[in-house]
Amino acid sequence: MMPGSYSMVVWIISALAEGFVVVCSLYRKNFLREIPINIYMLAAFAVTIGSAVCIYRYGFASRTYGYYYYYTDSLLTLLMFWVIIHFYQEVFKEMQVSRYVRRAAVLLLLATLFFSFLVVAHQSQDNWTNRFVIEIGQNLYFVGLVLTYLLWGTLLKLHESRMRLVQLVLALGVYFSASAGTYAFGNLFPGLYMPFLRYIPPMLGAWLPIAWAYTFTKVPGEARLSAGRLLARAR
Amino acid sequence: MIAALIFVISMAALLQFFFLHCRSILAYSGRVELSEHIREVTGLASQDVAAGDFERLVQLARLCPERGDDRKDIRIVGVYYRLLHAIGRATRWLIPSVAEWTDTERRGCSYFAAVALDRRISYSRDLFSQQVAEHL
Repeated sequence: MMPGSYSMVVWIISALAEGFVVVCSLYRKNFLREIPINIYMLAAFAVTIGSAVCIYRYGFASRTYGYYYYYTDSLLTLLMFWVIIHFYQEVFKEMQVSRYVRRAAVLLLLATLFFSFLVVAHQSQDNWTNRFVIEIGQNLYFVGLVLTYLLWGTLLKLHESRMRLVQLVLALGVYFSASAGTYAFGNLFPGLYMPFLRYIPPMLGAWLPIAWAYTFTKVPGEARLSAGRLLARAR
Repeated sequence: MIAALIFVISMAALLQFFFLHCRSILAYSGRVELSEHIREVTGLASQDVAAGDFERLVQLARLCPERGDDRKDIRIVGVYYRLLHAIGRATRWLIPSVAEWTDTERRGCSYFAAVALDRRISYSRDLFSQQVAEHL
């Protein structure tokens, strides 16, 4: 959330990478099979374009852009939950537990919304909406991180060997942990936002589509690598 | 309090996910056997490639014609290698076990560079034999 050439360059890179992932998927005729990823990428692409338009029309410092940024960010995080559910379903494909995974994820989301509401209602009476949108952002990212960590644990436990899936999940883990950490740091030290933290979210926004574009391009669908082997080498 | 907790957990998870992600890129090269020829050319007599060989091997790889598919990989692994190098130097006296771990990881990076060099050399040979065949 910042003006200038830096954010423009990062937005252009993000938009190109997001478009590339969708085009890759269409080219491999996998668009419908990977629909959550493609919908997320298309939505992220639209949000990126919308950010540029919003800043152009209302200005970077406007309240409109502030709301646009935080609400679309939360919306994208919700879409990302769909992607995580998709990964869980891929992992548990043979166990026929998709329905339970979906229900658990929806319950977790509702619990996160309720928890964020309680925290904000307890802390402040004024500026309620602003506080809520920041709190929900931090908590959604954190829940995303927890879900991704559990997914990684499941990959290890089930000896998952699809290298592409392993790399996609690891890239997602980097994205959620860095985003949750940035939000939390911003909450702890609000004064650091303008001089330092504002440079991080655009970079993180670009990281995921770039990492996924790399995985879809470089790692063949049939490539195999035991997730456990990565951890074994770490010890 | 909650924000501080989230921050600490997130940073720990970030480090782990980042290292695992880089390692997943390295993992493919770990399965490839180095040819005798590359061992002779680079002077890698033993089976293991030394941690400090990375820069030298990358420089040699840059002298060969590019295959066009490994430039980004070399760059990403280069970032990982330098990060490990910095961590290793910072922890060598305080936490030797971490420094040992970074050495092991850096050896993996060097092995990756050796595999890239091996591939580029065999690619150059193919190019050369193709050109010779065309002239004949």
